[in-house]
Amino acid sequence: MAGAKNHDYHILPPSIWPFFGSMSALVMALGAIMWMHPDAMGPGGGWIFLLGLGGVLFTFFSWWGNVIAEAHAGDHTPVVQLHLRYGMILFIASEVMFFVGWFWAFFDFALFPSALAPIEGLFPSKGVEVMNAFELPLLNTLILLCSGTTVTWAHHALIHGDRDGLIKGLWCTIILGAIFSCIQAYEYAHAPFDFGGNPYSSAFYMATGFHGFHVLVGTIFLIVNLVRAYKGHFTPRQHFGFEAAAWYWHFVDVVWLFLFVAIYVWGGWGAPVHGG
Amino acid sequence: MTTITADHHGDHAHDHHDADHKPAFFQRWFMSTNHKDIGTLYLIFAIVAGIIGGGISGLMRAELAHPGIQYLHTWAMFMDGPEATLDQAYHLWNVLITAHGLIMVFFMVMPAMIGGFGNWFVPIMIGAPDMAFPRMNNVSFWLLIPAFALLLGSTFVPGGTGNGAGTGWTVYAPLSTSGSAGPAVDMAILSLHIAGASSILGAINFITTILNMRAPGMTLHKMPLFVWSVLVTAFLLLLALPVLAAAITMLLTDRNFGTTFYDAAGGGDPELYQHLFWFFGHPEVYIMILPGFGIISQIVSTFSRKPVFGYLGMAYAMVAIGVVGFVVWAHHMFTTGMSVNVKMYFTAATMVIAVPTGIKIFSWIATIWGGSISFKTPMVWALGFIFLFTVGGVTGVVLANGGVDDVLHDTYYVVAHFHYVLSLGAVFGLFAGFYYWFPKMSGRMYNEFLGHLHFWVFFAGVNMLFFPMHFLGLSGMPRRYPDYPAAFEHWNWVATMGYMVMASGMVIFFINLIWSLAAGRKAEGNPWGEGATTLEWTLSSPPPFHQFETLPVVD
Repeated sequence: MAGAKNHDYHILPPSIWPFFGSMSALVMALGAIMWMHPDAMGPGGGWIFLLGLGGVLFTFFSWWGNVIAEAHAGDHTPVVQLHLRYGMILFIASEVMFFVGWFWAFFDFALFPSALAPIEGLFPSKGVEVMNAFELPLLNTLILLCSGTTVTWAHHALIHGDRDGLIKGLWCTIILGAIFSCIQAYEYAHAPFDFGGNPYSSAFYMATGFHGFHVLVGTIFLIVNLVRAYKGHFTPRQHFGFEAAAWYWHFVDVVWLFLFVAIYVWGGWGAPVHGG
Repeated sequence: MTTITADHHGDHAHDHHDADHKPAFFQRWFMSTNHKDIGTLYLIFAIVAGIIGGGISGLMRAELAHPGIQYLHTWAMFMDGPEATLDQAYHLWNVLITAHGLIMVFFMVMPAMIGGFGNWFVPIMIGAPDMAFPRMNNVSFWLLIPAFALLLGSTFVPGGTGNGAGTGWTVYAPLSTSGSAGPAVDMAILSLHIAGASSILGAINFITTILNMRAPGMTLHKMPLFVWSVLVTAFLLLLALPVLAAAITMLLTDRNFGTTFYDAAGGGDPELYQHLFWFFGHPEVYIMILPGFGIISQIVSTFSRKPVFGYLGMAYAMVAIGVVGFVVWAHHMFTTGMSVNVKMYFTAATMVIAVPTGIKIFSWIATIWGGSISFKTPMVWALGFIFLFTVGGVTGVVLANGGVDDVLHDTYYVVAHFHYVLSLGAVFGLFAGFYYWFPKMSGRMYNEFLGHLHFWVFFAGVNMLFFPMHFLGLSGMPRRYPDYPAAFEHWNWVATMGYMVMASGMVIFFINLIWSLAAGRKAEGNPWGEGATTLEWTLSSPPPFHQFETLPVVD
């Protein structure tokens, strides 16, 4: 069999996207530096950043478009699908460790608050009024849990060949995700404490903010899958794109549960509550 | 499912009619999806970065050859303009040590070990045609270019006292936050973000490849030890780097957006940064040395013509080092004022790592014992590795003692220790692997005499360079200063002479490299004889562009 591919692995043709995406990342990073330091680096950083970001997003779109096309061409044999599963699980594992960093910072501040003047051993930091965990945050918890259910509904519909159910389930999940993001934006806009200035609000905004960013990414991921569902891309036997989005959505959901319990409920326990 | 699979063969056979058909130049080197070409790109990148990082250490040794400020002020005038003050010269010193550390760690050792040798030989050693994600493999490489460009570029923009990021490779707050105004440190931080993304994607690729693409019959317990070492390394990368990403993101927001994670005046905790950094940083040192362990195992076995002694123990020793490596991080922080109980825990946990490391050292010796040894160049580098890494390991056990570290922390003893495990450990592993696999990668033999000469000159040079640093550290010379009392002059002068010997060794290496590529004897598929039992030696040298179009079966 010399000279003929005699295995199920995916041997890819050359692709410009890794190079193009990396160079876009460089433009994006340089733009960000200029944006943060207009005095030292000159004006226009924001535009350069957006140009680089556009290149990165274009890379994502084109690259994953190629992946979808390859799936339709039959390149995703069972073993290649297994690779994709491993890849997604490992990516989520690395994301978990990213959030470990933020929770580490939060628990450091909560368990060992600074004895120095601005904090005086208090957590939440001195002068901070917290949000009532059992108003909007609890509602958001229920919304995300509900969206976890609807994405599972969509999954079961897909497995049973019910495209109508898949589309309805995805719509529900996307709408619930969007409502979550809106409530989160409302909560930030009306929060009783500012972005920085003390450890509590630093950890609060960065941890919930990165979670919120992941909700947005997950929602876009689900929207892509909704479009693909309308186009009839999925079969009951091969639909890894959908499964990856569902895994990611559940991961985002679980992170929120930890945020809710640790930061909103436990972290605000005994502190003065805003408006309460 | 199997019937579907068979159909795909029919559909796609025409795409791959020639296993040795190579794409045109731009497609081949800028758009690559071939693990061997990407491995070659990584090795070239690592050599370039190594020349820059090694050149910077030459500047540092020149300045340190005598007490007083020799050249630093002149260099500062070159970098910051003719009005450069002495403070700017001192800042330049900080920039040099920072750049040397970051370049050697992120842009030399890691790309060479994992990106270079890992890419080249992990797929071949497990009998796979390529990596699991060949396109993502290429983005792992190309992300290093913006990362390196940002780090080098940071040298030319303001970083506080002078141009460049002068924070040390650890980027500790508050020096890296309120202590370093200007864009340089932000550039270094984004450089680390991008390099980290590159490594995480690479780690995902290696784990998926090793777990799913082993040839029929190659169970985990039959995998070559180099593959085991890359598997463990990839898990360390996957789990440690995201924590660094969070830590340096907090630096970025503290610097630019008003958060107070590390700002004591705002109620934050500067020590938090050290915890987060070293939770990454300690696994990182195993990330740099574990692939070296794997390379040494292959070489010692090949040139002793014996299977590795205690194969399973060797594999699981690396797993143990990887696991325990996650719970010892605070031994880098003994002088931060932690309680005696915490110190005792981190001392004891650190010493535990000496056990699996000892298993590896003694198993290599037992492999050599009674073997039919041939002292080819890779073997002498491997023996050098075992000898010198042991020296670094022993000083590591000394430093693991919290009480002893109170005295030795941030002295040249620490510099001596980590250069023995890295410059004389990881780098010896790299040279051993380079000579071992050079015939396979290039299709040509290196010059054996020049290889030996390179080894002996380099061996003498690095020991002359780093061994005196033990004495300097024990006498109390602190690291990270460009000047020192006259009492330390002698051993500093010896160290600088050692650097020059080492650098002449590198000249021999490059002569050998160029001569061998141009005029080296053609290499056979297996130039090492019956001791070389792993799958790469069953292929031609160099291997076909796509190897294993029909998967090998391992019994």
